[in-house]
Amino acid sequence: MNIENSKQNGDFKSPFAVEIKNINKSFGPVQANKEISLNVSGGTIHGIIGENGAGKSTLMSILYGFYQPDSGEIKVHGKLAYFKQPSDALRLGIGMVHQHFMLVPNFTALENIVLGAEGKTGLYKGLQNARKKLEKLKQAYGLEVELDSLTENLPVGIQQRIEILKALYRGARVLILDEPTGVLTPLETEQLFEILLALKSEGVTILLITHKLHEIMAITDEVSVMRQGKMVANTLTKHTSPEMLAEQMVGRSVLVNNKYELQSIGKVALSVEQLGVVDKRGFDSLKNATFDLHAGEILGIAGIAGNGQSELLSVLSGITQPSRGFFKIEEHLFDAKKNPNPRLMRQLGVSHVPEDRHSEGLVLQFQAFESVILGYENNKKLGNGFFTNPDTIQAYCSQLQEAFDVRPQNPRLYSSQFSGGNQQKLVLSREISSTPKILLVGQPTRGVDIGAIEFIHKTLIGMRNNGCAILLVSVELEEILSLSDRILVMNSGEIMGIVPKITATKAMLGKMMAGIPIEEAKEDKK
Amino acid sequence: MTDFWFQFVLTLDSTLRVATPLIFCAMAGIFSERSGIIDISLEGKMLMAAFVAAAVAYGTGSPWIGAVAAVLVSIIASLIHGFACIIHRGNQVISGLAINILASGLTVIIGIALFRQGGLTPTLTKTSRFNSIELPFIEFFELHTPIFGVIYKHLISGHNILVWAAIVSVAITYYILFKTTFGLRLRAVGEKPEAIDSAGISVTKMRFQAIIIAGILCGLAGVYLSTATGAGFVKEMTAGKGYIALAAMIFGKWRPVPALFACLLFGFLEAVATRIQGIEFILIGEISSDLLIALPYLLTVILLAGFIGGVTPPRAIGQPYIKER
Repeated sequence: MNIENSKQNGDFKSPFAVEIKNINKSFGPVQANKEISLNVSGGTIHGIIGENGAGKSTLMSILYGFYQPDSGEIKVHGKLAYFKQPSDALRLGIGMVHQHFMLVPNFTALENIVLGAEGKTGLYKGLQNARKKLEKLKQAYGLEVELDSLTENLPVGIQQRIEILKALYRGARVLILDEPTGVLTPLETEQLFEILLALKSEGVTILLITHKLHEIMAITDEVSVMRQGKMVANTLTKHTSPEMLAEQMVGRSVLVNNKYELQSIGKVALSVEQLGVVDKRGFDSLKNATFDLHAGEILGIAGIAGNGQSELLSVLSGITQPSRGFFKIEEHLFDAKKNPNPRLMRQLGVSHVPEDRHSEGLVLQFQAFESVILGYENNKKLGNGFFTNPDTIQAYCSQLQEAFDVRPQNPRLYSSQFSGGNQQKLVLSREISSTPKILLVGQPTRGVDIGAIEFIHKTLIGMRNNGCAILLVSVELEEILSLSDRILVMNSGEIMGIVPKITATKAMLGKMMAGIPIEEAKEDKK
Repeated sequence: MTDFWFQFVLTLDSTLRVATPLIFCAMAGIFSERSGIIDISLEGKMLMAAFVAAAVAYGTGSPWIGAVAAVLVSIIASLIHGFACIIHRGNQVISGLAINILASGLTVIIGIALFRQGGLTPTLTKTSRFNSIELPFIEFFELHTPIFGVIYKHLISGHNILVWAAIVSVAITYYILFKTTFGLRLRAVGEKPEAIDSAGISVTKMRFQAIIIAGILCGLAGVYLSTATGAGFVKEMTAGKGYIALAAMIFGKWRPVPALFACLLFGFLEAVATRIQGIEFILIGEISSDLLIALPYLLTVILLAGFIGGVTPPRAIGQPYIKER
């Protein structure tokens, strides 16, 4: 009876704040979580690391009641729990701090914190009571927030504190933070970590979702690694290393066994000098990139997603302007003074297969024959420059579909109706058919089935053998290793080094991806 | 001078009467749009309510029963709007437009079927309408305070209950919106529905509550038109007042008190327009009454074209709420 009572009061001490057992969750044909189990000890900071799409966010959404699992169970403080909605999870003390804040911009901090938990005393009284309670919370955890400021006028770091206060105010004892540092400056990140440590010392359990290795190493007690919807590792942070984690994160099963023959390298097709990009938040997302890309080679860019690869592609394809430095294609120089111009880049023979085919590669509501001429619609073969000729374009599309084995071979099908692999082949066919001198490829096989991967790889190798200079950005180390002639590794916007394929090993690249410079990474090998 | 003063007070008096349905509708609009639902169906709801109020008041002889029936019908129209654009995430403007078209057609057709008077309802007798309320002490004030006496007699006294209700509705709207928990949530749901959802409150429920209140207020506007200021329903009797109220609401930046003043401004223009008809001005001569009648509409267009400056509508307005994947 006693035990029963204390259980209800939440005093019952299970060693684990949260236990997750055999959770499965599918969205249509995509299984986002496969048989996931996870134990989180109370009063610790538990990191969950994995690449984009590894299933971290889905798992956390299940834990805070946003999604319901297809199967499996969750225990909170040793008690079985069923969450139909986030408020159920909150009642058991599980609070979520979202990556995109759930704050009303033109409300004060206080109003945002209280929203939905105003109490039964009327708004005025409710706000006053909340203010008292919040002053205590603020002091206890160093969560300094001006309660009467308008939220939209506050920096993101403070807005995040409002989110944390919101969860604590509602009695959260387990706090899930989804990519909390993605929007923060380094100083704000430091302050956040101090707050997290203060919370931990007061017995709050923290689940930290991130794909940044150094954060995991800096602050967590335990870490779990997710990859492709599965939980692949669970260790104490002190028993692991950034290199190990990097390998566990990206180390996919070998999909491609083909080792392609090396080939002699041609002239420099693209030279990049001290290139830098400062993003909207004032971050250096690309720093001092310097390298040459030669005709007839594939230069692979390895790195964990979000380490400056996207910015590099975006600058080289003429979408964004560099903030510093320049790059040269033949005698054409592009620097911070020159307006970016993707069309000009195309005319210079630069093709770009964007990382995200849905948002940048295709218009999903377009039919295949429309998608397949995007950016090349002025081509004289396809019309007279003003009118396009649908028959010609459809025939052209059929031709490409046959050449690139796009299935189903129907130019009139909507782009959205093709599978991921076939969509990617559509984009590739479009970009390659212009016979580029330089091909920029981002994540060519993300979400693509094995058959298509092999086709895409063979196509890229074929292009290289015909003298095209290829810059290949991929988060899949296997892919980089199997296709590239040289491998450039990026970390936090910086180039850690360029390794010829022959001397590259997975372990060494993993270290470089974790931020260890090439010299040290080499030494460790010996 | 005394004549001008007298005329001015009378103009203000009719300002108030012209503005009453605008005020109701503007408050309705504030509730609906603050919750994130665009409501161009103010017009249609008001028209339906006007017809039902007149028809029921004629049938039962009681303006009160007419008013209740009218408000109910207006709420039903709101619910249809909600069904289309909250539950089924339809386009809010199209749904509102549909209600307006439905209203202008249905009122006439049902009117012809019931009364066979070409879409009119029979003229209501005095007992089946909301009549003016003469306040006491008129003689007293006239005798002792001549200036205030005029104001008291012609501006303050002599209004029907709905005029007062409209003004009270502004105070109530303000109070609900800014001083209650419900108001806090209402404003949040129109700005950032995700915040409301993650706080464990149903976005759908909040929005339905908001549009039901909008339905009640539009209903009262309709009641006012056909059974208080008018004595029966006339085809298309709302004549765009719903849209003008919408403009006044935007002009008032979705806030109750500024919206009230915007309504009064529109009302004043219309009152002036009717009052100076037929009067010869020096140099200008008689001002075309068509132009004067068009004035409020012209002003609406100018205001809506963005001459107000710094207007930020509720951020989530017009967007159906879809839980992200």
